[in-house]
Amino acid sequence: MRHRLSGFNLVSLVLGFGFLYLPIVILVIFSFNASPLVTVWSGFSTRWYTQLFQNQGLLDAAWVTLRVGLISATMATILGTFAAIALTRYTRFRGRVLFTGMVYAPLVMPEVITGLSLLLLFVAVDFDRGFWTVTLAHITFSMCFVAVVVQSKLLSFDRSLEEAAMDLGATPAKTFFAVTLPVIWPAVAAGWLLAFTLSLDDLVVASFTTGPSATTLPMKIYSQVRLGVTPEINAVCTILIAIVTAGVLTATLLNKRRQVRREREGQAAFA
Amino acid sequence: MTVVRSGGFRRIAIGLPYLWLAVLFLVPFLIVLKLSLSQIATAIPPYTPTFDDPATWWDSLRQLTFENYAWIADDPLYLNSYLISLRIAFFSTVFTFMIGYPLAYAMARAPEGWKPFLLMLVILPFWTSFLIRVYAWIGILKPEGLLNQFLLFLCVIDQPLVITNTETAIFIGIVYSYLPFMVMPIFASLDRMDPRLLEAASDLGSPPLKSFWSITFPLSLPGVVAGCFLVFIPAVGEFVIPDLLGGSSTLMIGKTLWMEFFNNRDWPVSSAVAIILLLILVVPIVVFQRIQDREAAK
Repeated sequence: MRHRLSGFNLVSLVLGFGFLYLPIVILVIFSFNASPLVTVWSGFSTRWYTQLFQNQGLLDAAWVTLRVGLISATMATILGTFAAIALTRYTRFRGRVLFTGMVYAPLVMPEVITGLSLLLLFVAVDFDRGFWTVTLAHITFSMCFVAVVVQSKLLSFDRSLEEAAMDLGATPAKTFFAVTLPVIWPAVAAGWLLAFTLSLDDLVVASFTTGPSATTLPMKIYSQVRLGVTPEINAVCTILIAIVTAGVLTATLLNKRRQVRREREGQAAFA
Repeated sequence: MTVVRSGGFRRIAIGLPYLWLAVLFLVPFLIVLKLSLSQIATAIPPYTPTFDDPATWWDSLRQLTFENYAWIADDPLYLNSYLISLRIAFFSTVFTFMIGYPLAYAMARAPEGWKPFLLMLVILPFWTSFLIRVYAWIGILKPEGLLNQFLLFLCVIDQPLVITNTETAIFIGIVYSYLPFMVMPIFASLDRMDPRLLEAASDLGSPPLKSFWSITFPLSLPGVVAGCFLVFIPAVGEFVIPDLLGGSSTLMIGKTLWMEFFNNRDWPVSSAVAIILLLILVVPIVVFQRIQDREAAK
């Protein structure tokens, strides 16, 4: 497209991004408000942050959320990567249609239904609800997102590399670890990050599948939000936003550097 | 030896995720289906299990009941919830499109060097929690919130507007939360476009607006369609947004299901609500898949 922005384009950009970011910026600003009112500014203060670190309930919830996120993202990445391989490399196996359906369906399934159905399963098999049920639930829906992310990378992958490795006598497992994985690694990492944030953000599925022993941070935030807006919640949200932003920025920068390095190597090879 | 091991890797790559999804996705779904056909009981769990024992399978089959579905059909509350959800999702999609298209268009026309940064700006909110983003709006929209303070200060209004706990607030929440889903596919299809088409049109004397409607817009339609489905489908079953911004007056179906389950503890009826919701969503989902497949085949 032409590289000339009309006035209309500039206005769209400013308004569009203003709309996307203004609420978040306001939320962050008011987390530093001295007054307990979230809408009247009365000076800079970090008291809500210090207060957070004395709120044991909140800290416990944060710890639960972090553990669920780490475990479920890792498991989801392994399962999702396998699922992506199954979808792209093994085009013929029994029940492939059902498998494809099961990978894609959770992506569009309303959260309330995912939560309800998993809870009913845990009740049916009499599984104690708590930390592990939430983790299992999170693995289940986030592995499908990982599968889609990794699948798109596998589809753009030059298969002749894999074929060459196999021709030279490498087993499929060895080919995967020595040839495929190093190439699709950025997508696998992106998948992990996506699974982790999905788990970190989830309120609905966790509310259905948890028991009295495990309360996650979104559940805690939700129950407090229902009682009203407080600077303390603003502070929790600000910390979460900071963590996610830092993670995404780091991932993007790393990816970018990798790309630049590869391009430079490519140029060196041709020089 | 190689053959055996290759079989091993293949078996794991297919078998592991297959088994996992069968146990934790397919079976739970079948349980919901079964439960929607059983009767409520005031026990824990609050339902009468239907055909658990294979020996009494035939007996159980006769006990299956469509009572829950009849109940839902009889009570206008549920029908209204479904209709309200579809209406809100539809109009939210239209509004998201109206805001998303100009944004995606401007992004596609931006200098090449800006694009990665602009894309990043669109994707970043998508990574932050829905709950947080919806929460951010409560502070802005409530009667003593920032928007009202601002408008009162400008003397545009002399009474605070009531926005929270109305449908307007839900629209704002959905448009805000789902905007990246609309912008991304539209941007992708606009960015792919060959700029020479527009040059050719302008050389042949076509005014820019005409070129837009006869070239740019038709070429961006696949992105528009994808974006609309990506907003509409999840918006129908949305829970957090109507619950926090819509208050008790607007019952979208996700919230009805939640209340039926947590407040009324009527598991069979909530299962039936879930099954009907899925049946409603199957149509747009299948249409969407078809379109995506056709696009991928191109």
